[in-house]
Amino acid sequence: MTRGSPDPVRVRGVQPRDLPEIIDIDAGITGMRKPEYWSEILQRYGTGRRRQRLFLVAEDSGRVEGFVIGEVRDWEFGMPPCGWVFAIGVRPDTRQAGTGTRLLEAICDGFRRLGVTKVRTILARDNPLILSFFRSQGLMAAPFIPLERDLAP
Amino acid sequence: MKLQKNTLAAIYSVLEFAANPGRQLSAAEIARQYRVSPHHLAKVLRTLGRAGLLESVRGVGGGYRFTGNAKRLTLMDVIELFENISAPRRGARRPPRRGPLPAGPSPQEVEDALGVVLAEIDEISKATFRSITLATMLKLVTRRRK
Repeated sequence: MTRGSPDPVRVRGVQPRDLPEIIDIDAGITGMRKPEYWSEILQRYGTGRRRQRLFLVAEDSGRVEGFVIGEVRDWEFGMPPCGWVFAIGVRPDTRQAGTGTRLLEAICDGFRRLGVTKVRTILARDNPLILSFFRSQGLMAAPFIPLERDLAP
Repeated sequence: MKLQKNTLAAIYSVLEFAANPGRQLSAAEIARQYRVSPHHLAKVLRTLGRAGLLESVRGVGGGYRFTGNAKRLTLMDVIELFENISAPRRGARRPPRRGPLPAGPSPQEVEDALGVVLAEIDEISKATFRSITLATMLKLVTRRRK
């Protein structure tokens, strides 16, 4: 894109009418349609009632190209308040066009406005695509080690 | 995880090439810059060439030119050309023993348990190498320069 030309991609807050496209994007990435889950996420993160929660979409010519969701969490794991990105998705057919970068920048701007200076996420280590994306955006290993255990019945 | 000299020389080289796309560089130039043996580096560059990451340029002032995709090529892609790090560690995937257990741990059990811990560390290292492309490494270099 040349300098000064209008950027066709616009990042804005999610609207209820975006939900079908978000469900489609997620299904295209994960291979699973989860309409009830996304309705609940919209209720929890997309109403704007809690300013610490952000649910943004990237729109191009009326089509939702991607979404990002996150929130500022206070003193989680004993750490000072920081922004957590817990979901980001871009239509597979429009990747490598900077949409993910725009979404991440927008949510980071939101976090900054809320007064935090750190953004974090947690990712599956067997998903190099999303790991590479966050690495390309400058994220480095955080001072945590995620642990888990099977629960005996 | 400790990387061998060849692997490090390969990583230095591909980063040097990726930072100068289109430019041809000789083994001697890179060897001088990173203080490695030119003879050694020539072998490393041949391996990178055979893997399709570089193409050799013949004639006066010949050398190599980068043909990889810096946004796609990861550190792991380069490391795997020189090291066998995909194999699971010994003991890491051993099935649990059957039959009555002795009072204390046997040397084999201790070795197995340690294998599990070391395999965990290896998996994190591999995931890290798989997630960092050459383009990301170059950005990291730039960020650390500021």
